[in-house]
Amino acid sequence: MENFPLLTTVLLAPISAALLLCFVSARAVQSVRVICAAAMTVALVLTVYAFFSYDMSVGGMQFMEDVPWITDLGVHYALGVDGISLPMLLLTELIGLAAVFSSWSIEKRPKEFYILLMILIAGVTGTFIARDLFIFLLCYEVVVIPIYIMVIIWGSTKRVSKEYAGMKLTIYLLMGSAFMLVGVVALYLQAFPPEMRTFDMQALAAAAQAGSFSEEFQIFAFFLLLLGFGSLLSMFPFHSWSPDGYAGAPTAVSMIHAGVLKKIGGYGLIRLGLLVLPLGAKFWAPLIAGLAMINVMYAAYIALAQHDLKYVIGYSSVSHMGYVLLGFAALNVVSVSGAVANMVAHGVMSALFFAMIGYVYERTHLRSVRELRGLAHQMPRVATGFMLAGMASLGLPGLIGFMPEFTIFVGSFSEYPVFAVLAISGIIFTALYTLRMLARILFGPRDSRFDHFEDARGVAMMPLIILGIALVGFGIFPQLLMGMVGSGTEQLLPLLDRIADAPAVLGGIR
Amino acid sequence: MFNEFALEHAWLIPLLPAVSFVIIGMLTRSYGRLSAAIAVTMSTVSFLLAIGVAAAVAAGNITVDAPFVQKLSWFHIGGVEISMGVLIDPLTAMMLMVVTTVSLLVQIYSCGYMKGDAGYGRFFAFLSLFAGSMLGLVIAVNFLQMYVFWELVGLCSYLLIGFYYYKVSAREAAKKAFMTTRVGDFGLLLGILLLQLTFGTLDFLELQQLVPLYILQFGSGFLTIIALLLFVGPIGKSGQFPLHVWLPDAMEGPTPVSALIHAATMVVAGVYLVGRSFFLFSQLPEVMTVIAWVGGFTAIFAASIAITQRQIKRILAYSTVSQLGYMMLALGVGSLTSSFFHLMTHAFFKAMLFLSAGAVMHAMAEEADIFKMGGLRKKMPVTFAAMTVGVLAISGIPPFAGFFSKDEILAAAASVSTPLYILATLTAFMTAFYMARLLFVTFMGKPASQEAYDHAHEVGWFMRVPLIVLAVLSVVSGLWAHLVGFGEWVRFGPAQHEGINWLIAGSSTVLAVLALGLAWKIYVARSWDVDAIAAKCGVLYQLSFHKFYIDEIYAALIRVFVDGAAKVLYWIDVNIVDNIVNILAGLVKAVGELLSPAENGQAQSYAGVYLCGVIILLAYGVYYASKLMAMLGGAF
Repeated sequence: MENFPLLTTVLLAPISAALLLCFVSARAVQSVRVICAAAMTVALVLTVYAFFSYDMSVGGMQFMEDVPWITDLGVHYALGVDGISLPMLLLTELIGLAAVFSSWSIEKRPKEFYILLMILIAGVTGTFIARDLFIFLLCYEVVVIPIYIMVIIWGSTKRVSKEYAGMKLTIYLLMGSAFMLVGVVALYLQAFPPEMRTFDMQALAAAAQAGSFSEEFQIFAFFLLLLGFGSLLSMFPFHSWSPDGYAGAPTAVSMIHAGVLKKIGGYGLIRLGLLVLPLGAKFWAPLIAGLAMINVMYAAYIALAQHDLKYVIGYSSVSHMGYVLLGFAALNVVSVSGAVANMVAHGVMSALFFAMIGYVYERTHLRSVRELRGLAHQMPRVATGFMLAGMASLGLPGLIGFMPEFTIFVGSFSEYPVFAVLAISGIIFTALYTLRMLARILFGPRDSRFDHFEDARGVAMMPLIILGIALVGFGIFPQLLMGMVGSGTEQLLPLLDRIADAPAVLGGIR
Repeated sequence: MFNEFALEHAWLIPLLPAVSFVIIGMLTRSYGRLSAAIAVTMSTVSFLLAIGVAAAVAAGNITVDAPFVQKLSWFHIGGVEISMGVLIDPLTAMMLMVVTTVSLLVQIYSCGYMKGDAGYGRFFAFLSLFAGSMLGLVIAVNFLQMYVFWELVGLCSYLLIGFYYYKVSAREAAKKAFMTTRVGDFGLLLGILLLQLTFGTLDFLELQQLVPLYILQFGSGFLTIIALLLFVGPIGKSGQFPLHVWLPDAMEGPTPVSALIHAATMVVAGVYLVGRSFFLFSQLPEVMTVIAWVGGFTAIFAASIAITQRQIKRILAYSTVSQLGYMMLALGVGSLTSSFFHLMTHAFFKAMLFLSAGAVMHAMAEEADIFKMGGLRKKMPVTFAAMTVGVLAISGIPPFAGFFSKDEILAAAASVSTPLYILATLTAFMTAFYMARLLFVTFMGKPASQEAYDHAHEVGWFMRVPLIVLAVLSVVSGLWAHLVGFGEWVRFGPAQHEGINWLIAGSSTVLAVLALGLAWKIYVARSWDVDAIAAKCGVLYQLSFHKFYIDEIYAALIRVFVDGAAKVLYWIDVNIVDNIVNILAGLVKAVGELLSPAENGQAQSYAGVYLCGVIILLAYGVYYASKLMAMLGGAF
């Protein structure tokens, strides 16, 4: 296994599935599905292997691959994972496989749908395993195209039309990438003299450490990245794409978008923002913390006023991203670990939510909490899925959601006590909208309208099983996740110590 | 030999019921009897292990000053280290005994009570998880472990209160229970976080060492805040005013669940948390005063509501709130021993009262209004006997269990504060009265409905045996504990060698007998007209009957400050926040359109220029803005 290009295989699995699908008859729907499921199973199995064979005592980048690509520009096809990206990769493959199963019964142009889905998954996978900024950006741009097409063709129109949703998603994604692009080019130009230029992220981080970036430059460039990655992470006030977009998107896109794509924002903030522009991160941290608190409270409140299930989860995910931002803004090992872990946690639970909503919607064509009721009578398994996701969402210990939140609270409290207290009070409001939603759609008298719909079984159970295992497994054994994340974030320690006393906006309000 | 084994394997006590939950949930759910058999077997083994642990504590060198500890690292990150483990001292051993006994008996009872229910297997799965969670909480070695199981107990109560999920009332009650306790958990979690940040550990034994040193060095101001926050958790969980509202509604669950929630699991968790962290609370006199008064007020407040309620389980529910207030009061006046003594006796007689109530309702086709029953003593002699024992026990008539534990609390209160003593004594009087009312109206006199009476029947053996066992415990546990020196074991600090204070015990017994007599006069002899008395009390009666309108007040507050605010914010989000972004986009588009005629007519070029323009404009704007901010930032 020494020289096996594991990460390339993980990346190529969905790509080769997409290519293979081009040669499969559109009528051979079952083959289409099975090919995708097989490809994603391979990717997931390899990722799980990587997760458990990653040497945490050594830490740092492992499973590295490096092939020079565009030598004139210093672009390398360089892959690798560390304790921060490996959990994100695992998340991607988990949700990817679950999304394949959730799309099983798509009737409209299944072949095209699956090709786009595979490209989408490959794009997201690439962003998390790239060590080279160029590859990172490339993969990120690859993601945008399938998303747009999938939403406007396979999406659904409710409060907003699917065309509007698709456009809104795309514009925000592009806006993010535009800012990122400027920031990245600036980094590229500033870091090294012309003949030594490189997109290698570690080299850039080393350059930052050597003092290639002035404080002013860092503050400026970080702000650009914050706009880009912040929009992606649905940071207030750039959050409104999230509920509208999820509402319009088909199930698989909602799962992947809310589950992993969004997390590229948080991942980028850490990988690029913090590692390459530490002084910039430090400078803007108080602002981020303030916005984080608004994210948590404001979105939780708005979720209370929603009736469409996808809007509830859309605003809920905005609210949860507030915790991620808060963990990032506190800039210490504990809080940043919490932020990374919370991205994984939220990814799993929101993907499960969307899978369950998708299952119900596909059958009943209803998504409103006013119309759905008593589903536990007809669909006990789906109800179990909803309960698992809901309980994880409100931070029940023993499920994946609790430990990351607790870690963020511990890490951020001493930095921003006021914001932290307000954010912690979010546990009450999260519980309120989650329990209300669950109570209305799952419990209450039996409604005979739903009697002829059958409960999830067979393939339709797969998303629940895959995500449920992650939800409970990481919940009962948090060290599995925390150990991995910690081995990545502990490498940040010297950096974080160095910037501890750097200036911050508004004098670093508490 | 077995004692040693039980001690070393105490972690199995919560694990076995949890395993039973997994087995039933995953495999045997559809096979009711098999599921019940698995649950009862696991509970029995847990119970036997608990006996072993208790025996080891009684025989060995394990005291509150030298506990037995086992722990494993659960997770650690950046210097934060959290363990899971087992902490055994007399307090734990006593709790293990109470919880395993009551939950085993409740499970046996449920075999009969839930017969024919479609969710038979599911019920036993949840009951098992409930017991497992509570036992995990009891053996916790640190605050976080306690919090984890605390929340799981909350989940189980949610699942079980809402067990009849097709009933809207059950669904709402379950949600209410979860939400109300969540409000308390917010305070608890905050307190736990502050402890972690202040001391760098959450371990009970380590904190026990650190707290006095901290107070010596920094004073107790900050710790008072922490302790008050921690106490918000128990206010929610143990149904103390003003977060008591969920507990009476919790009777929407099947009756065995009520027995479990009200007696041995869930509500006593709050009392246990305060007892377990007594090393902190007892150092902070202000906090102790708060605890004592919250407890005292809750005791009399709930008793004043119980007097006018008509539904059998609702009366019992308010009596639980009231009795929990008693336990808090005892903790607040510094008497851990009397509080836990009462916790134990109360667990036995309250479980029995609820199970008897369940038997009555079972016999009366789920009728809950006591004024529609009557005369049942001939039809249900065993239940009548059990209920009588329960009423005498809770009223504090010697030699029943409640007499000993209540007397200790009264004595402890009297030694600290006269107003609290008077409050507690008054509560005792009211308790005896409303419990006697319940007993007399249900079992004495003539049947209110002849038809229902004719159908009534004594319960089967599955339900009868637990009643009998609990009745025996309700008679002997007080005297027994008194004789073996309960206070020698379950204590904080030096043991209190107090005998019975005959003045206090005597006067409270006289009051209780008077209350029983009064109830007899009103409800059996019918010397006075009940409705006339109610009418005479006017407003007071209305306030009590409507539970002081607390539910209505909360509902109104939530409507305005939660749902109202949510609607306003949603409007702002759609119409203002989103629009600003749209306007910005429109602006950009307008600029693009201005420039577009200069271009060559190719769509690609338009797009390119458009994007470049946006980027350059924004980038420069932001750059200067950030410089400005930097200067401002430096100025602060």
